[in-house]
This record gives sequence, C-alpha cells and structure tokens, in this order.
Amino acid sequence: MPIPPRSSEAAFPVSSDLPPQVSVPDSGNGIVSRHRNGALNPREDSSAAGSGGDRPAPPPGQASLVVHELEHWFGSGTNTRQVLDRVNLTIHRGEVVLLTGPSGCGKTTFLTLVGALRQVMAGSVQLFGQELNGAGRRERQLLRRQIGMIFQGHNLLRCLSAEQNVQMGADLLPGLGYRARRDGAREWLRAVGLGDHLDKLPHDLSGGQKQRVAIARALAAQPQLLLADEPTAALDSRTGREVVELLRRLARDQGCSVLMVTHDPRILDVADRLVEMEDGRLSEANIPSRALSGSVR
Amino acid sequence: MLLDHLWPNRRIPLAWLLLTRQPGRLLVALAGISFAGILMFLQLGFRDGLFDASVTLHKRFAADLVLVSPRTMSSIAMASFPRRRLVQVMADPDVAGTTPVHWNFLLWRNPQTRSTRSILAVGFEPGDPLFTDTGLVERTRVLSQRGRVLFDSLSRPEFGPIATWYQQGRTIETEVAGKRVRVAGLVELGPSFGADGNLLTSSETFLQLMPDLAPGSIELGLIRLNPGADPATVAARLRSHLPKDVAIYSKQGFVEFEKNYWRSSTAIGFIFTLGAGMGFVVGSVIVYQILHSDVSDHLPEYATLMAMGYPLPQLLGVVAREGLLLALLGYLPAWLAGQALYAVIRNGTKLPVAMDNPRSLLVFGMILSMCLGSALMAMRKLGDADPAEIF
Repeated sequence: MPIPPRSSEAAFPVSSDLPPQVSVPDSGNGIVSRHRNGALNPREDSSAAGSGGDRPAPPPGQASLVVHELEHWFGSGTNTRQVLDRVNLTIHRGEVVLLTGPSGCGKTTFLTLVGALRQVMAGSVQLFGQELNGAGRRERQLLRRQIGMIFQGHNLLRCLSAEQNVQMGADLLPGLGYRARRDGAREWLRAVGLGDHLDKLPHDLSGGQKQRVAIARALAAQPQLLLADEPTAALDSRTGREVVELLRRLARDQGCSVLMVTHDPRILDVADRLVEMEDGRLSEANIPSRALSGSVR
Repeated sequence: MLLDHLWPNRRIPLAWLLLTRQPGRLLVALAGISFAGILMFLQLGFRDGLFDASVTLHKRFAADLVLVSPRTMSSIAMASFPRRRLVQVMADPDVAGTTPVHWNFLLWRNPQTRSTRSILAVGFEPGDPLFTDTGLVERTRVLSQRGRVLFDSLSRPEFGPIATWYQQGRTIETEVAGKRVRVAGLVELGPSFGADGNLLTSSETFLQLMPDLAPGSIELGLIRLNPGADPATVAARLRSHLPKDVAIYSKQGFVEFEKNYWRSSTAIGFIFTLGAGMGFVVGSVIVYQILHSDVSDHLPEYATLMAMGYPLPQLLGVVAREGLLLALLGYLPAWLAGQALYAVIRNGTKLPVAMDNPRSLLVFGMILSMCLGSALMAMRKLGDADPAEIF
C-alpha cells in the first residue's frame, strides 16, 4: 500500500484555535477527518495536556490517557532517585503525541508506567477511564490488551513467520475464530505493504520490514492507545520516515491514540502535539515540527 | 480448511514452533530424553526380567496349592519336609491330587570340557502331572528308566552343547553329582536367576544321585484341587490340620514368595531401581537444561508477549506444552529402542525380558514427569521476564 503524501498535514499547528476539521486537511484517504469529527474539543485538548501546574485532573471523558501529578522514583532510603516529577499529560482519542527529551530524563519510565507495565507509585494514570494507581497485576494485564506497543527493537518472535507474529496480536481478541484472526493478520500485513512476505521469518526480513511487522502486530490487537519507543532508532532516515507515517496513518484509521518517544528530529512533524521531558518534568514544546518539516522533505 | 471447522478457536501453536524452529536443539533434547528412557527401560527390564526369571519353573507347576518347608527361603535354598504331609493332605475332600517333588542343586559335568557346574535337578514320579503343559508331562515318561534325565535346552551354554548333540542323534552321557546319567530328551524351561540350567529326572534317579537324602523327605509338594474349590479356604483348612513343619502357599503366593526373596533379600531390586532412577535424573537434567536455555533465549520475546497483554499463566502453559511435546516425541524412539534392546537381551541372556504394558506406562509416566517437572523448574525463569524492562 503506497503511503500517501501528507505535506500539508505535517504543518498543522496543534495549538491552533481553528477547529480541527478545518485545520487538518484530509490526506486523500478519508481517514483523518473521520476521527477528527468525534466529539473532541481541540481547545481542551491542547490546554489540558502537558502544561503542568496544580490544576485538578481533567475528567476522563474522551481522553485515552490522563496522567495527573505522576511521580516515580527508583531506589530507597538515601539512594532514592526521582525520575518523574509531577507529570501531567492528557492524550485524546486519535491524537498523535510525540515525546522527546534527552536520554535518561525518564521518558522510558514514563512509557512503562503509562503502558501498565509498572506499578504506579504516586499520582494518577487513567487509561480509558480506568485508574492504574493501585491496579493489580491482572487488571494491568487486561488493560495492556488495549495498548499496542512498538519497541526500539522489533521484538518479534523469532520462531514465528511474519503472519504468525501478527496473529499473536490478533489472538488476543476475544471471540474470533482462527481463520478470522489469520485473515485479519494477513490483512494487516498487506496494509503495511508486506503482503508478499507473509511466510517469512523475522530473520529474513530487513529492519524496516521487521518494524512494519511489529506495527501490524500492535495494531492487529485493535488497541486504543499505541505506545512506541523510538521505533525509528534502528532504521535509516527514509525507512524511518515511511514507518512512522504508516504508523500514524493506520493508527488514525483505527481511532487509536499514539504516544511516541523519539529522538529523531526528522519525524517530529507527524505529531499533532509535541511534548518535551527534562529532568522528570513534562512541558509542551513549541512546534519544532513545523520548522523541521521543510528540511526533511 | 477442515481444521478450521474442527478447531475454530485454536491459536498459533507457539510451543510446537518454538521447538521445531530450532531443529538442532530439539534433536539434542530428544536424544537426551530417549537416552534416559532407554536407560529406564533397560534397568527396569533387567530388574523385572530377573524377578520373572526367578520363577520360570514356579509358574509352570500344575498346582493350586504348594507345600514347602517353613525353613525354605527361596528356590536356591529349599529345605525338606516329610512326604507324609502330602499324604495327609489327600484326606481333604477338596484335594484332587498331589505331586511330591525333589528339588536340589547338583554338579553337572560338561561332557565337552569336563568342567562341572551347578544345575537345578527336579525329581518326581514320571507321568505325574508336574507341569501345566501336558505335552511336557508326556515326554517325562522316558524317565521311568533309571539314570535318565531330561535336559533343559534353554540352559546356559556352559553346560555343554547338549541340545545340539542330542538333535544330531548322539548319545549323551555325563556325570551328575558324580553318577553317570544319560540325556533322554530335551525340555524347554529356561534358566532362572538362581539356576543357570535345569534337568528333570525321576524320584528314583534323584535319590540315586543323592544317596544321603532321606527317602521320606521332599522339598516341594504340589496340590491340585477339585474344580470349584476355593484355594484360600482349603489352604486355611489344611493349615489348621497340618503340623507346623510345612508352609502352604497358593500358586501365586509361591511365585510372589520367590520373587520377594530376590526383591528384598538381594541387592538386585535396589541396583536396578537405582539405575532407572539415574536415567530419570540424567533425563531431567537434560530436559531442564534445554527448556531453561530455551526460556532464557526467548525471555525478551516472552516479555514482549506479556507486554502485549498475554497473561503469565498462558506463557507458563507454553513452557508446559513444550515439556509435554518433548515427552511425547522423546518417548516414542525410547520405546522402539527398548523393544530392540529387549530382543538383544533375550538372545544374549535367555532372560524373559519383554515390553509389557505396565512398564511401558511406567516409563512413559517417568518421562512425562521428568519433562513436566523440568518445565516447571524452567517456568521460574519466566518469572524473570519483566515486561517493564523491554523498552
């Protein structure tokens, strides 16, 4: 499937006061506008998110993710090191948020907390309206089924073919027969442009292809939130760009929010919103995407 | 596809794929499991074979009840008791017949090498129903002539090429206990653990071979009951009538009594059970090693699956299924090799070693518990798979 050009969309400023239906031009595949037509209020969207401060937690409503005053630290006693300091972030349905920051600033820790992979110590994380602070192992495991994850490495199962890897994602869906899940997996592989590589093992795929399989796998479980940790780190610039665009397009197609950690300045422009983390604190960044997008293209 | 209808909710067979996509490792694992299985088959086969071999004669006796001396501990040390007791037994209305049997180890001289070796000699009245095999009983009639013996053609070769010579039509004369005897025919009984060979002879010849023996004493009394009589009841009745210088067993009890001697009074049972246990341990170590390294190698992948929302029990199930598959795949070659080895042992030792269902099941159970136990141990490693660490 060819990746449609989206040059104008890339320049969309998040903090714009214009309604999103106007400011987000349809890229031609009729996907973006569909999800932007939801009950989302773009103003609340941008003002509530990531601005820190001591405001009370915003109501969950349409938000996929609401993080309020989240704190996290490692170690104990005198060795305690705080990694997250009163972090606030709201991600609405269908929104693509990029998270940047210097390494070691707590981005990955933040991602594991939001991804229900780690116990929340203090503050509040609400996933799809469900509080993670105090959630047990089982609750977190069930919540994770609604989260797609894409890793720096592809983390595919080496012993499974591309199709089977994607089906491992689809297998989490309840009530679907084997055939439906397999056909779904094939469909997803075609969607990421790997229709000819169904039976190949990860070993025989290139880095970009592997990452695309990983995207297909994450999306095959029909998640509501997609977490990606530097998905382009192992890819060259062109492939990285392709993969991220694909990710964004397919996620939007699903009505799935995206939180992507990245160091890669070349892909910042795919974001609806950019947040920056420094020393465990989160702040809204000033659209570096617009400035950079021109040079990338 | 047919499978889609039969099993619509099936998942990716992850355990199977994990194993088969690494054929080298799988082969090593299967070789290890099979080896352990073969070891267990071998040791248990030897053990049971030896126990069975100790009762090759016992099982053939035409008897419902057996009379022995209470001092008798086993077939290699049969004490004598008065023959009168067997006559007394005849008074019981349920007793149909009795056979007095002499039983002792005598020195047989190999007619070829002239060396001597201990052989089990069984003396009885020719024509008496000694064995359940009536054809065998017919052949014993030649023993009514003095100095004649029937030689067990399954005896170990150290007694000389008697069977071959006899079939060639040669007259075979040799010494037993220093007296001249002639081989008047062959029987097929089989050596036991205690006796390397057997010979049958008449009571008269037996007493001739052992002139010191009191004529009124025997080592074994076989009692046959009327049809419909309950052996246990009759045995209890006889026990109350007879003096304490005889012990009464049912035929099965006699067989067990003999087996039990070898089991409890000798190191055989212990040695071979220990050998089977070693096989179990070796196999467990191999399977554990394989599964543990398999889990370790795939730890990031398991963590990824957990991050995707797969519950830990489901992943533990994958490891358990791997263990199950290994057990099934490893058992089959072990069973086949066991069959082949038993054939070799039968030919080499003439011991009655055969693949029977209880042992097949026992070894399968051991392989299964070995694999599943190892899988259980390897699962602990899976607990190390922390999905928070994979980012």
